[in-house]
Parts: sequence; C-alpha cells; structure tokens
Amino acid sequence: MSYLDNILFAILLIVGFGFFASSVKKIIRNINLGVDVNRKDNSKARWKNMALIALGQSKMVRRPVAGILHIFVYVGFIIINIELVEIIIDGLFGTHRIFAPYLGVIYDVLIASFEILAILVIFAVTVFWIRRNVIRLKRFINPDLNGFPKSDANYILYFETVLMLLFLFMDASDLHLQNVPGGFSHFHRAGSFPISQFIAPIFNGMSNELVALLFEVFWWLHIAGILVFMNYLYFSKHLHILLAFPNTYFANLNPEGQFDNLESVTKEVKLMMDPNADPFAAAPVDENAVPSKFGASDVQDLNWVQLLNAYTCTECGRCTSSCPANQTGKKLSPRKIMMDTRDRLQEVGKNIDANKGVFVPDNKTLLNDYITPEELWACTSCNACVEECPVNISPLSIIMDMRRYLVMEQSAAPMSLNAMMTNIENNGAPWQYSQQDRLNWKNEN
Amino acid sequence: MSESLVVPTMAEMLAQGTQPEVLFWVGCAGSFDDRAKKITKAFVRILNRTNVSFAVLGTEESCTGDPAKRAGNEFLFQMQAMMNIEVLNAYEAKKIVTACPHCFNTLKNEYPELGGQYDVIHHTEFLKSLIDDGRLTVEGGQFKGKKITFHDPCYLGRANKVYEAPRDLIQKLDVELVEMKRSKANGLCCGAGGAQMFKDAEPGNKEVNVLRTEDALEVKPDIIAAGCPFCNTMLTDGIKHQEKEEQVKVMDIAELIANAQDL
Repeated sequence: MSYLDNILFAILLIVGFGFFASSVKKIIRNINLGVDVNRKDNSKARWKNMALIALGQSKMVRRPVAGILHIFVYVGFIIINIELVEIIIDGLFGTHRIFAPYLGVIYDVLIASFEILAILVIFAVTVFWIRRNVIRLKRFINPDLNGFPKSDANYILYFETVLMLLFLFMDASDLHLQNVPGGFSHFHRAGSFPISQFIAPIFNGMSNELVALLFEVFWWLHIAGILVFMNYLYFSKHLHILLAFPNTYFANLNPEGQFDNLESVTKEVKLMMDPNADPFAAAPVDENAVPSKFGASDVQDLNWVQLLNAYTCTECGRCTSSCPANQTGKKLSPRKIMMDTRDRLQEVGKNIDANKGVFVPDNKTLLNDYITPEELWACTSCNACVEECPVNISPLSIIMDMRRYLVMEQSAAPMSLNAMMTNIENNGAPWQYSQQDRLNWKNEN
Repeated sequence: MSESLVVPTMAEMLAQGTQPEVLFWVGCAGSFDDRAKKITKAFVRILNRTNVSFAVLGTEESCTGDPAKRAGNEFLFQMQAMMNIEVLNAYEAKKIVTACPHCFNTLKNEYPELGGQYDVIHHTEFLKSLIDDGRLTVEGGQFKGKKITFHDPCYLGRANKVYEAPRDLIQKLDVELVEMKRSKANGLCCGAGGAQMFKDAEPGNKEVNVLRTEDALEVKPDIIAAGCPFCNTMLTDGIKHQEKEEQVKVMDIAELIANAQDL
C-alpha cells in the first residue's frame, strides 16, 4: 500500500496551517502596535457579551432577514468543522468515514444535519448574492465599498457555494458507491444523505472506478478549498468569523455616552489648577514616560481594541446605514472609518515587515491620507453606529480620538467650534453670556 | 402662572444650614436659551407645586464641558469638570437632577473618574419617581386625546438606556402615544449632538433635523415631545422648515406635565 496520499495530505495541512499561523502572528503583532488599554476587568460580563453577541448572534437578528440567513451560514460553518475533524483523520491515516462505526445512528444524524446545513448555506448565500448584486441594497453599493471590498464580498459567497457543493457531491458519490450491489472497495454503508441522495443519480451509468475517482477529486478539492479559504481570511473582511469572538469579549462595557478619560490630560489639568504647584518647576522625571501626543493621527496612537475592531469589521455597513450624517448625504461613513483604519494598519504592518521589524516613517498618516477632517466633523456622536454594529465595534471612539488630535495638537477645529470653546473658557457657557446672568430666567416672564 | 417661582440657591441653603433633597442642574441651554428657559421654568413650577426641596447653583454653575469634550477638547472639558466638581463637592451634593441629557450624561458618567460621584437623574426619571411616590398626580388636562410622539435624545436613550420614564409620563396624560419608525435604540439623532449645535453642518443633501422632523411628521402627531433642550431647538427648526408650526408643537415633557396641571 502506498502512503503517497497520506504524505501529500500531511504536507497540504502543514502548509495550509503554517501560512495561516504566520498571518495570525502578523495580525497579533499589528494589533499590538496600538496603545494599551485595560479590557481585562469584569470577565463575567465579558464572557456573557461574547456568548450572547458572537456565539448567540443576538445583534445580527435586529435585521431579521440578514440575521436569520446569517445564522444558517454561521451554524453551517461551525457544524461542518466537526466533519472536518473526520476528514483530517481520514486523510492522515488513509481511513474512510472513521467515526461511522463508533457513532452508529448519531453518525447518520450528524451527516444528515451537515447536508441540511450545507443546502441552507447555499440558499442563504444565494440570497446574499442577490441582495448585493441584483437588489443592490444601498449599504452594499456605497462608494466606500468600491474596488476590492465589493469583489471580496462576492468571492466569499462564491467560495462558500463551491465548498458546500463539493461537500454534497462528495457525499453523493460516496452514497452511489455505498449502494453498489455486493459492495465496492472501502465504501461501506454509513451516514444518512437527505440532500445528496438527489444528486447521486447523476452517477448512474458511470463505471464504479470513475465514480470513486470523482469522489477522490471532490474530497481533495473540498479540503484544499477549506485550507485556501482559511488563508484568504487574512486578506478579507471574512476575518470576522474568528475575531468576532475576542472583539465582543474586549468591547467597551461602559455606557455608550461615557467617553474615555484622558489620563495624561488629567495630570496636566490638576497641575494647572493646583495653587501650590510651582509653574516653573521641572517636570518630574519619569523613566517610563513616552512623549505623549493628545488624540490620534495614526494607527499607533489608537488603542489595541480599536485596531482589533478594524480587523473584525465585516463591512456590513449597518453602522453607515444608521448614521444620521451619512443619511443626509455627508461624507462621514462609520464603516469607511473602520476600513481605513484597517487599510492603514496593514500598510504600517507591511512597512515593518519590509524594514526588518521597525516602522520607517512613510510621510503618511491615517488622518488626512485616509480619513479627512470633514468626515470627522460631521459626526454627531449619537452612537447609532455603535448600537448597530453586530460585533460591538466602536467607530465613534476612533472619530473622537482623531478630533482630539485635531483640536489639542493642531488647534484645527472649525472656527465656530473655536468660538464655542472660547465662550466656555471665558464665560462657562458655550454662548457669549456672563456667568453672573445664569439665574436671570428666574425673574423673567 | 402668576405665582412667582421659588428658586433657592445652594449658597442660600447652606447659609440656612440645610441640604436640599435634590440639586437641580439647570445647564447652559436651560439658563440662557429663550426656548429652553421655558422648560426650566416649567420644571421648577412642578417642583414648587410638589414641595420638592431643591436648589440650584445659580451663578456658581458652569458648563459641564460636554460640547468641549465631544469637540475633542479634553483639556477644556477637564478644567470645567474639575471646577464644577469642586463646587459640587463643597456643597456635598448627592442627588442631581437635570433637564438636559448632555449634562445628565456628563455628570453621571464622566465626572466620577475625575472625583465627582453623584446620583444623577434626568428630569423625566425624577418626575416619574414623584408620581410613583404619590407626590405628583397627573391628568391629561388640555392634552387629553392628543396624538403625541416622543423623540429619544441620543444622550438619554442610546447613551444611558433611559427609554421608559419619558414614555410613562406621556401616557399619564391620557394621550395617544405613537412611535416613529425609528425610536428607542434605533432613534435618529436630532443633529445637535457632538457639538454640532455650535457649528454649521458639513455639506450634504439635507439637514439631520429636517430628516428627523420628517420621521416625526410621518406619524401625524399633534405634539412632538422631547426630553432635551437641544432636540427641542432642532425639531422646532425642523417644523418651521416644513411650515408646520401651526399644526404641530414641540414640547418638553416637563412642559407637557406643567401645562396639563395648569401650572
């Protein structure tokens, strides 16, 4: 007996997983370029969030059509991974349907449920394709998706359809051979095939050897396809199938209206307000002090959760479609904020790879080169995008950090906002009224 | 209407050696904006009528810093916050009520990290608690049978999940409460938040407040109820833009209750 198949399979697995591991390493390194933020508190609430939102898809079904179809694809993905375990064992050891003798009826149920899910996935993916390409829902034809993001979405749909078809054809050819009178080779009776039984008749009239060869082809293409797909994740919005889990775990737990407090500013303000502080004293030397910048102009100024957000974003556009600025024709698109952040982060990552682990300034920044101040100033901070995101991404936190940079580092706020801030500074109100008049309303009619 | 308002200040209270049950944080809009001042006065009339012991900071109050923070000026925000916290802590303020969701959110969520820990409630929650405690009874009065829709302020609703108190109050008025297609967590912003109130909108094809007013007009209300002085202004402007100011009024919930009671 030849072990060539098994060796080839092992090599395929090693190469597939090896490439994947190197992508994962790169993603982790890139996410760690961000500033540290503590998201390890309250693990109970975090696990609950992850269970409800990522595992339980609770926010997906707020839009029921997409939500339910998405659940088909999602459950299909998870369940078919169980089948993958058998495929890997069979491939490595040259066995065929190794679990069948041990699981008995349960095996029939499992295979049947994989098949039903496979057909549901094909159905869901078809509807998704129609929504994107025929009905052309507004959030899928927005200009921020032009180019690769639009094709990426379709590639994923094609890929999933092909993988599911290969799975069903693999089962169908297997079933055909199982039913050969007197038995054929190692194709013993195992499993239940509610869907592929309708495909099996196409093999009628073919020689058993040919069907067995076709089975091999489907089997190899299926597993190879999965490995290719897994490695495509790194380049694709489809990365969310993995990152949705950590992303919901590390998401912000505070009320949506509570914006983070800038500690570095607190120190300065306290010093300013302390009547005993010596304004001419040298700042205390802190060996760990990093020259701080207020707000964010590039990805390294964002925190690692914001960068994880960017990799997790699946570009569904629910944020943008609920954004009041976007709905009234303004340039701001919360989805674009996330996509820009990821694009820039990938660019910075490539720069680091090309320069032996150090980032060489490239005269570009996330601000201006990707995201314009006009987009940032259009935000009403209403949190609609944050509320909508099915995986708890916060585009708003990035917008706020970049506004902080514009205002505190560059004094580049719109004129009218500068006037408002001057009023607050001088009169304690955003309008030009004297603080002494604050109680005048009491005696007015 | 003729009776004058009783508005004690924290300083006066302290001089008398008393602490009010609640500190009423009026806010900049409530102090200076002509439309919002009416909301302030309506709320005070209810407080006076129900004999709630309250006080305001008066000239010692200053902007919470909300628009500065959301415009990105963390320095100015924290300076405002720390000055306000100093004043509030000096008076040992514990419970604060405000009719402005922006002040509410900032005092409640953003002051604690800077040393200001208070029990902060929105005026709709406070009015609801007065009803629940039997201190305030509300009947429909002039609003009986009217169609009212409630616009959720972002900083009350999504930001702090207060959705029911304002609705419960409206329903006490024997009116027909109708929901807009976008409400509660899906509510659409009035367009004023995030310091937008103080600047021109970026170029687009419509103003946010006009879009939101269209949402409201779709349900054909007699009154659009608001719980935020900024939403009130934006929706009032929206109604003017649609030339509907004769048919549809924009009113704060405090005004609805005060007017229903002929206060």
